[in-house]
Amino acid sequence: MRWFAIKSLRAFVTLWLVVTFVFFVLRLSGDPTMILLPDDTDAATRSFYRALWGLDRPIWDQYLRYVAGLMQGDFGISFRNNMDAFQLVRDRVPKTALLGWTALSIALVLGIPLGILAALYRDSWIDRVVMGLAVFGFSMPNFFLGILLILIFSLQLRWLPSSGSDTWWHLIMPAFTLGTGFAAQIARYTRSSMIDVLAKPYMRTARSTGAGPARRVISHALPNAAVPVVTILGFQIGQLLGWAVVTETVFAWPGIGRLLTTAVATRDLAVVQCIMILLAITMIAANMFVDFLYGWLDPRVRVGAGARTA
Amino acid sequence: MSTLDQDLKTAARWKPLALLARTPAAVTLAVGFMALMLCVMCFAQVIQPHAFDHVDLLNRMTPPQPLDGASWAHPLGTDTLGRDLLSRLLVAAQTSMLLSLLGTVLGAAMGIALGFLAAHKGGFRDEIIMALVDFQAAMPWFIVALAVLAFMGNSMVIFILIMGLYGWETYARITRGLVLSAREQGYAQAVRGLGATPAWIYTRHILPNIAGPLLVQLTINFPSTILFETSLSFLGLGIRPPMTSLGQMLGEGRDYLISAWWLAVIPGFTIFLTTLSMSILGDWLRARLDPSLET
Repeated sequence: MRWFAIKSLRAFVTLWLVVTFVFFVLRLSGDPTMILLPDDTDAATRSFYRALWGLDRPIWDQYLRYVAGLMQGDFGISFRNNMDAFQLVRDRVPKTALLGWTALSIALVLGIPLGILAALYRDSWIDRVVMGLAVFGFSMPNFFLGILLILIFSLQLRWLPSSGSDTWWHLIMPAFTLGTGFAAQIARYTRSSMIDVLAKPYMRTARSTGAGPARRVISHALPNAAVPVVTILGFQIGQLLGWAVVTETVFAWPGIGRLLTTAVATRDLAVVQCIMILLAITMIAANMFVDFLYGWLDPRVRVGAGARTA
Repeated sequence: MSTLDQDLKTAARWKPLALLARTPAAVTLAVGFMALMLCVMCFAQVIQPHAFDHVDLLNRMTPPQPLDGASWAHPLGTDTLGRDLLSRLLVAAQTSMLLSLLGTVLGAAMGIALGFLAAHKGGFRDEIIMALVDFQAAMPWFIVALAVLAFMGNSMVIFILIMGLYGWETYARITRGLVLSAREQGYAQAVRGLGATPAWIYTRHILPNIAGPLLVQLTINFPSTILFETSLSFLGLGIRPPMTSLGQMLGEGRDYLISAWWLAVIPGFTIFLTTLSMSILGDWLRARLDPSLET
């Protein structure tokens, strides 16, 4: 319970820092009305909109109002189409969630078995092939992978649609693009973690009890090997989100990433802030979940609650 | 083992031919490619066959060499404005390499300095620095960068600063841990006993001893810094015309996939080969210099 309270407090402080940072950095960048309104707008109209959006008040006042609004779940109004910013973002969440979860599933389903295989047959050709593939997957910029897939499967073979999200067919290429880099990393971490675990004395004990190879790997090695892999997974969530923006742009996938690129281009402050705060919440929640999972996987961690995992 | 033996061993290890024979082919190729990229980074302006921004509207979209209709005047073809693709590729690679290198070095310097500070001061300063580390790790930095660049406009200084801030927390975390353990080792305590100041101990004794893992971290971070730069430029936010970078070229070429696929594929492969070489190199260095970091 104490552990949970400390974690929540830390998460809250981090979130507040993110909100503050995002607010001030974006406000420092100049007057949004210069971009949003046509160039020849007269000064009176400009000041009308500034007053409407609260941009004429001192920045501290704006900040306090913004935070007070956030407390009540009010993320502000989109400058561009006067819709509630949160509503606008929420409409896009299902698409990004679908893409993200599919990519994560692909990464886990590919990465974990391949990593285990490489560890079990260490230094054999299997290991070399898997690790070679992992280096390729990790080094491949995912915007380039996406473009190559479009070139091959959409333009040459005409098997898959290159953009949009209407059918399940549309999901294949973006999910694969987003998933491979992640799969490569998971395979690497699983492999090295498994190699560590396989050398542990308790694996010999397991063998001496007469447990078969499959049983030893699945019920003895895997739970232990999962701990570092899960930690890494938490660290990489932010990277996954960043890549998602690029992938959504390449495949015109109508998720949060696309909304962000258009909102950023039109300087739609409220929408950009809302997206960044929600993404930060997602990352913080993911990290907390990973911490929780970590404690569940490794009961020793629970004893050292509050200690920094440096 | 005596120091003489050790010296002899080191001397033998650094004989170039013996080194080449014992190095895996993939690593040799990676080193070769990185050397090429470094040459391009230094001399792109000298070796470019044409001015990279020279517009020639009579020679638009000519294909690269093995394809029909290619000319040796433009071995990689020309883009939509008739600019020589090879020259553009060289200059773009220069920009990308230079920025990534600068960003990596900046991030490493900042992270290492703060890591030392946290380990040395301890107490609440340590807490603050580590809280900053947590904060940085909790920020979707790529997305922050995207927003900041879009809002702040086309500023090179801001772009480099953002690239420098990307990844500093890894160095800070690693340095802090390494310094804390190194400080308790015999050599550091011996020098302290001789009356050396902390600054002297840190820079002259501890830093050289922990340089290996930090260097490995640097090579591991470099590919992701390149990807960071190219992704932002690909989205049209990092490097913008009239300047060019590999990501920016790829982003431009994306619009012509149907008529001129090479406009996107050539810079794309260059990025891929660079990150691949650097990853191979980083893995190899890690295996040689620091087996304990194998994760």
